[in-house]
Amino acid sequence: MSLSRTSGWIGGVVAASAVALFFALGGARQDRSLPQMVAGEHDGWASRTVWACDRRKAVVVQGVRPNEKMSPAKAQQVASLLMDLMRFCDEEVVARVSVNEQITLSVNGLPYRQYIPGGELPIQLVHSAKDHGRREQAIWKAELDKLVGEGDRLFHSDEIGSNGIACAMCHPDGSNNHPETYPKFQTQLKKVALLREMVNWCIENPMEGPPLAHDDPRMMALEAYILSTRAGVPLEIGKH
Amino acid sequence: MGINLTQKELERELRERSPASESLIRSLYNCDRRHFLKVSLKFAGMAAAASVIQPHGFQLINVAHAATSPDDDVAFRFAYISDTHLYARGMTHRFAKAVLKAVEDVNALDPQPDFVLFGGDLAQLGRPDELDFGHQLLKELRAPVRMMVGEHDWYLDMGEKWRELFGPDRYSFDHEGIHFATLNSVIEKDFWTEKGLTPEERMGIVAGLDDGRQSRFEVGEEQRDWLSRDLDGVDRKTPIVVFSHSPLYKYFYNWNFWTDDAEEVQEILFRFENVTVVHGHTHQLLTNRIKNISFHGMLSTAWPWPYAPSGLPEVTLQMDRADPFDELDALGDGTVDVLNNGQVNKHYNLWSRNPRTVRYADLKAGIKGGGPSY
Repeated sequence: MSLSRTSGWIGGVVAASAVALFFALGGARQDRSLPQMVAGEHDGWASRTVWACDRRKAVVVQGVRPNEKMSPAKAQQVASLLMDLMRFCDEEVVARVSVNEQITLSVNGLPYRQYIPGGELPIQLVHSAKDHGRREQAIWKAELDKLVGEGDRLFHSDEIGSNGIACAMCHPDGSNNHPETYPKFQTQLKKVALLREMVNWCIENPMEGPPLAHDDPRMMALEAYILSTRAGVPLEIGKH
Repeated sequence: MGINLTQKELERELRERSPASESLIRSLYNCDRRHFLKVSLKFAGMAAAASVIQPHGFQLINVAHAATSPDDDVAFRFAYISDTHLYARGMTHRFAKAVLKAVEDVNALDPQPDFVLFGGDLAQLGRPDELDFGHQLLKELRAPVRMMVGEHDWYLDMGEKWRELFGPDRYSFDHEGIHFATLNSVIEKDFWTEKGLTPEERMGIVAGLDDGRQSRFEVGEEQRDWLSRDLDGVDRKTPIVVFSHSPLYKYFYNWNFWTDDAEEVQEILFRFENVTVVHGHTHQLLTNRIKNISFHGMLSTAWPWPYAPSGLPEVTLQMDRADPFDELDALGDGTVDVLNNGQVNKHYNLWSRNPRTVRYADLKAGIKGGGPSY
């Protein structure tokens, strides 16, 4: 459910007019794995994807809707970034520019890593000095998506509580949860709490439902979804 | 709205400073509206003299401002209750209790407001029993009620039950020289027919704020034509107040804090000197100003929403993040003082925090809202 809910805004394949000279429009090309990797980025934000002419480099600009014109400054940033990435001719690279201007790269389908333009390509250290294959990675992603998707479903459903209230009513897109700040001293509970303890507090109070065991598959799914909404945010345990 | 508490607190406060104030305070609570405003001015001077910096009753806040600026000259007042999101699960459900609290607040206003605006989303899933329940609860209000429709009222039966109970979903009226227009601004382009969705599925999707399967809100061409025609004969100096569930500007796309044809609607309103939009849907303190149009959000009685990650107008006076352990925090109701110049001062009666007021004079001066406090 979660994946289809957002996919309509994502993956618009267009090019900014400012960079049209260098980078061609990449319309309906679906025969490579790269577009699918981009389409799989379902972080809940509207985004616009700009392709380089070699079809092996793409920049996903978050916070810009597929049909929205980018500001000249933003378009220039995207163009410069694509030119920069052209240095790595043999690699398939997806760069993601977050709403707060952080740049992360996924090289050949590997996980996103922070990137400073002009710098070295982020290296993924793998066990056995062997690259993970695409099939392997596809399995990881599918399994994770399954858990996160189930958490998304539960988070938006009234079946955890008893009074019709769902988590997402107060926390659209999982906002205002700050999972990266747990564990922390939760003043209202007068003790250090884990995220799952706060989840249970919400289930028992606003939602008037029975608390979940900490290893309940539903609790694990909820945690997975809540954490997925903060991917890339620095861990700041104890922060209020 | 904590009237008794407020009255007592202020009485104590002022009596300590000026024994002569006691009789004036008593008269303040026992007089008709015209007299109330007159007495209010005296009270304001006295309160200022006594250095009452932060009175806790929001009734008295505008009073305290009354002496400070001609922009605060109150013509009349209406109250609001909004976004109650009722389930038909009886009076013990927290959302139902919250509606009763709001009704008690408004009924305790003395003088009574000229009318009460209901800001939409009376029901949670648009069910007839939910709407009937809300209808019953709102009948407890002493003042006349002006209804506005929200998406949670609409998308089960496309407004059939709502219109049966409350009449047309768009209408205009005149009151004390102000022209009011109420819109149905939660129209969505058909996303359900092609997918073969049931009415319940359609309602469920629209009820999910972050559910991207739905369309964005709009007023729609047909209704914009209606608004244009309605305003045709209205003098450009006549103050206009628009009631709309969605904000009538573009705040945050992904949560439908959004009106897709906002620019076209604003264009219709730009020719008037004074325009105020009062909207629901966003469940938070929210203010905007675009050219001649002031926009004010309303509080929900059911649950608060966090500020969106982007798009928050600078003039918004921000509320603090709600304390989840406080069932009433960031919820409430409020009043709108319509000023003689046709603008409004907007009061947020937060149930668990100090009341907040957004004054027209501050908006006009371009003062940024600021906050939150942490």
